[in-house]
Amino acid sequence: MANDFAVELRDVVKLYGEVAAVDHVTMSIRQNEFFSLLGPSGCGKTTSLRMIAGFERPTSGIVAIDNKIMGATPPFRRDVNTVFQSYALFPHLTVEQNVAFGLQMKGVSKTEIKRRTQEALELVRLPQLAARYPKQMSGGQQQRVALARALVNRPRVLLLDEPLGALDLKLRKEMQIELKTLQSQVGITFIYVTHDQEEALTMSDRIAVMSHGKALQVGTPLEIYERPNCRFVADFIGETNFLDGTVTEVRGDFAYLTLPSGEVFSGRASEGVRAGTQATLSVRPEKMQLLENASTATANTYQVHVFSIAYVGSDTRVIINLGSQRIDVWEQNSSSTLNPDDYFFKSGESAWLTFKPENALVLAS
Amino acid sequence: MSNTTIVVMGDHAEFAPPPRERPSLRVGHVSLVGITLFTFAFLYVPIIVLIIFSFNSARTGAVWQGFTLSWYQRLLNNEALLSAAGRSLIIGLLSTAGSVIIGTMTALAMEREHFRGKTIWDGLLYMPVIIPEIVSGVSLLLFFAAGGIERGLFTLVVSHIAFSMPFVYLTVRARLADFDRSIEEAAQDLGADEARTFWLITLPLLMPGIVSGALLAFTLSIDDFIISFFVTGKGWNTLPIYIWSQLKQGVTPEINAISAILLLFSVSIIVMSLLLQRRQH
Repeated sequence: MANDFAVELRDVVKLYGEVAAVDHVTMSIRQNEFFSLLGPSGCGKTTSLRMIAGFERPTSGIVAIDNKIMGATPPFRRDVNTVFQSYALFPHLTVEQNVAFGLQMKGVSKTEIKRRTQEALELVRLPQLAARYPKQMSGGQQQRVALARALVNRPRVLLLDEPLGALDLKLRKEMQIELKTLQSQVGITFIYVTHDQEEALTMSDRIAVMSHGKALQVGTPLEIYERPNCRFVADFIGETNFLDGTVTEVRGDFAYLTLPSGEVFSGRASEGVRAGTQATLSVRPEKMQLLENASTATANTYQVHVFSIAYVGSDTRVIINLGSQRIDVWEQNSSSTLNPDDYFFKSGESAWLTFKPENALVLAS
Repeated sequence: MSNTTIVVMGDHAEFAPPPRERPSLRVGHVSLVGITLFTFAFLYVPIIVLIIFSFNSARTGAVWQGFTLSWYQRLLNNEALLSAAGRSLIIGLLSTAGSVIIGTMTALAMEREHFRGKTIWDGLLYMPVIIPEIVSGVSLLLFFAAGGIERGLFTLVVSHIAFSMPFVYLTVRARLADFDRSIEEAAQDLGADEARTFWLITLPLLMPGIVSGALLAFTLSIDDFIISFFVTGKGWNTLPIYIWSQLKQGVTPEINAISAILLLFSVSIIVMSLLLQRRQH
């Protein structure tokens, strides 16, 4: 294997009884990458992480770390370290002893342990709490100790299992930035498990979206958001509108979709979309506009009924009806008017909906 | 703001006047206190009397004639008693060590391994706690006799392990029930193999449970009379058996003194065990 991947999963399956927790997953994680496994609970992301750490063995398939096939290699012989969701700090040891544990196991000299432990605690900005016991610290502090305890070993790969899950929102946001900064500082590959799509988008170089044991799409945050490859990914990441219909024509990169009510919409054709098949058009609320007047000659432009309007500060969230179809449109509030009458669209009246074909996707059903 | 509060409170008082105290409630309270006092008296007066009379200078039981420590002094010169106490101590330490090792290992296996009929095995481990001691004693005696095993230190230690091990098992199992397995995974993740994980992480975290189980086992062993009586052999009279044999000459103040010491000893060990269990939480 000449590829320089930090971690590779090749056709990995993990069965619990009859149930496949991980179902033929293949992915390659690059060196020094911040890679997220994203999906709802039970999608197999934590099981995948545990197979990399060595706590679980795949039923079939290959896990390789640093181009070495792991097989039955136990966790204590893998050059990876884990930050657990529950932190899993040793309650009978002080913070300093917790952080020093990994180095002691490796047989590093006492002076070296002292120095590196101090360094690691400074990295997470907790050197003053070295003598404390985990019980005497807040959740956020424990989280940082867990991080220091893993990073002090300078592993090739750091595995993080929803490390911010137990923190409140404000602390979460702070730690997200801190983690990302830390990762670029230490230059270690991070594999990060989360169910929070915003967290994944903010922090990751690349994301694998998982559902029911399968890795549905692997890509950069931009690719995942702008070019989801299936309905689940489009739905799970951000907000979107789905319009179901039949593909009447595929021309170049674009597909034309006819709704049961007769309207025709066009968007970028994704893989597997063919004329005559059922498909779904996905278009995000912020990628559409409402107009006072428009010509029906323009693509993807129809007169609609404004159902409700909600002002949320940065934008105005409008729900419109196209026939029986409900569509969400977010209009950015680029002016700072105080007069509601300045908005041309009003609840109960009609308006024109329009969006560019390149801003919508036609996904195979 | 404060005005509103007062009005609300006034309204409330108007609609719900405080209920008048019912006379029967008073009677109930007085009798409850009475019954409680009686219960404590029932439990502790005999023991207090025993302790008081261990300081009584009169030779025969029931009349107080003045304070003395001479019974305690005589204990120190009583060879037979001291050697019986020594034997009890040896048996206690050996059987406690055995119970701790077997009980802890059993608790780990029962908590972590999955096998058929686990509930039944678990129940069987609790059984010795409720089997009448006299039944255990007779059956152990029969067993040793049938096996041609000479009665003495060995039979005593084995029998004591048999009845005290479940208590170690129970306390360690309770400790394991809220043990976070990811702590052990963390140790392995940081490079500790199974053995080092056990010695550096699992065992220290189980220690409070193990120690309080051990203290219980030790107390049970030191105090045991019935089972020891059946399985003891020549030259292996334990302290309780020695006390019982002395009773043939009536209850002497000397017996009171040994009993008082034994009581103090047991109580302090149990208190230690309880303190340790509390420190876990």
